[in-house]
Amino acid sequence: MTMPEIPQNPSRRGFLGGGLRGAFLFLLGAASTLLGRNTQKEKTVWQLDPYKCIQCTRCATECVLEVSAVKCVQAYPICGYCKLCTGYFDPQPVSLNTAAENQLCPVGAIKRKALEDPYYEYTIDEPVCIGCAKCVKGCVLFGNGSFFLQVRHDRCLNCNDCSIARGCPAQAFKRVPASQPYLLKDREHQA
Amino acid sequence: MNFFPHLVTSIHSLSVQARRRLILMRAGRFLIGLLLTLFFITSWTTLGVERFPPPEFEPGYQMPTLTTPSPRANAMDYLDVAVLLATLSAASWAVLKTRSRRRVFGVMIFSLLYFGFYRKGCVCPIGSIQDVALSLFNHGYAVPLTVLIFFLAPLLFTLAFGRSFCAGVCPLGAIQDIFLIKPVKVPGLLSQALGMIPYFYLGTAVLLAATGSAFIICDYDPFVAFFRRTGSLPMLMFGAGMLIIAIFVGRPYCRFLCPYGAILRVLSRFSKWNVTLTPTDCIQCRICEAACPFGAIAEPSAKPAGPRGTWPQLIGSIVLVPVLIALGGWLGGRMAVPLSKIHPAVRLAELVAAEDAAKTVDTSDATRAFRATGRPVAELNTQALEIRRNFVGGSWLLGAFIGFALGLKLAALAWGSAQTTFDPDSANCLACGRCYTYCPKEILRVKQGQKVACEVCAGKT
Repeated sequence: MTMPEIPQNPSRRGFLGGGLRGAFLFLLGAASTLLGRNTQKEKTVWQLDPYKCIQCTRCATECVLEVSAVKCVQAYPICGYCKLCTGYFDPQPVSLNTAAENQLCPVGAIKRKALEDPYYEYTIDEPVCIGCAKCVKGCVLFGNGSFFLQVRHDRCLNCNDCSIARGCPAQAFKRVPASQPYLLKDREHQA
Repeated sequence: MNFFPHLVTSIHSLSVQARRRLILMRAGRFLIGLLLTLFFITSWTTLGVERFPPPEFEPGYQMPTLTTPSPRANAMDYLDVAVLLATLSAASWAVLKTRSRRRVFGVMIFSLLYFGFYRKGCVCPIGSIQDVALSLFNHGYAVPLTVLIFFLAPLLFTLAFGRSFCAGVCPLGAIQDIFLIKPVKVPGLLSQALGMIPYFYLGTAVLLAATGSAFIICDYDPFVAFFRRTGSLPMLMFGAGMLIIAIFVGRPYCRFLCPYGAILRVLSRFSKWNVTLTPTDCIQCRICEAACPFGAIAEPSAKPAGPRGTWPQLIGSIVLVPVLIALGGWLGGRMAVPLSKIHPAVRLAELVAAEDAAKTVDTSDATRAFRATGRPVAELNTQALEIRRNFVGGSWLLGAFIGFALGLKLAALAWGSAQTTFDPDSANCLACGRCYTYCPKEILRVKQGQKVACEVCAGKT
């Protein structure tokens, strides 16, 4: 954008203004070069370390989204496919069937499917899950810990200051590179 | 009366069986409970270990895989930058070259839709102050390039073209602007006093971001809940309250809170081009003064030129600046310890120390989580002390900065030269272009199809 200049005698005010404008430009340039050395091409996203998570249920309530961006996921290679799944059943179930009263999950987001006897497959119905970590707690305490929480990046708004990270008592949230946006549990790390 | 005879009879007929089943169930429940307790005791020390080896399935079984939806693509962030530069250019062009309120409004609505409702208010120049501050003082955090551009581009545009960012690009400004229905004038002195809040806010936000404690600008963004159409009740109420005020007081957040606005206000004083009316043939009709909802057009004083204050006021305001800096610094230094408690590590260290003093454990999730990690308490205390040391220097600087800002304001009030024309004050002018549509001389100019006179578009250089 070019604008025609009018020839005029430089006033004291105008000269001062120009000088200060130059000074500000210099400051901005200096700041950007200082920061430029410390920039990264790739952006970061928020993720939680499942090995630090203490299943405090805040992920379900602290997120700015009405239904949290944090959901429970199932690491199938770790799962024991237990018949008595402590992530699925209430600690004192009326009976070991899929009735809602027996389930630990408050929203019934875990699907239980019988495989070859005595194994059962447990799948998280992600749209239903609210990320409360009740199942995670049950699975970590008494099972293999194959249920764990993760920030789901199809939902996460990637807030500048993640409000779950702010409320997390275990300080399990951190910024991770967007090319590796998940911190998954695996069998090697388990052992 | 019995409305459900069939139900009642069936329960009665099964009552003995049901009772037996109930007893069995209770026994089962007790057994499971006992089993779980046993598990609990044996498993306490062995978290995350394979207690039940994963089964060897028959070949037919297809094990499901864990899906990992990817985050928003990096390329999309560059699109945001492109849109930012485009809207900044369009807003500057609309304000200064075409001098059209309608065009400024159009750019503003587009920005509200894109940066507000589509991008949900995140990555914004206001919040980027904190990323830049954190990255400057904490070398563990690298600011993404796109965020750095979001921080710098509006500053550069302001140095050149005035606050066109506020007028047409900022979604927070835009949402307040469309709510402005019945503007009332904020009395001059009150407006000046409230106008100091952004500097306090800016200083505090930079201190808290630089120490890695919190990003308060983002936490207390009043309109982000509307952009996302979800949010906590206090934030929604804060935002709603702000919008209700915005009906009567033009852009209250921009003028009396926005920390980025505080920077822009300083920079736009030295901008190359600014919004100007027609200073050469002003007819003193005062319509523009009444039309500006932000109080940026002030009445010219009767005195032709020279400072406003009397000589004692002038001298006093100069002497007061170092006094205020020293006083602010001293007060700030005393705030270091309470301020440092905003940092989560300091808070945790205090909780742990309190537990140790009372010889208890597990009073909170945070301490329980800390003790589970097995990290030595001494290490946490060292970290907390280090952070507190940073806060001592930081809060001293914050106090001194606030003192400096106050002193400079008083000096500016005393020394500021009197205006001789009805023209927008470059610092407070949000470049909305409303005055163009009210100035009779400007309307005449547009009607006659004249090009903008040179001294008008060249501003005050």
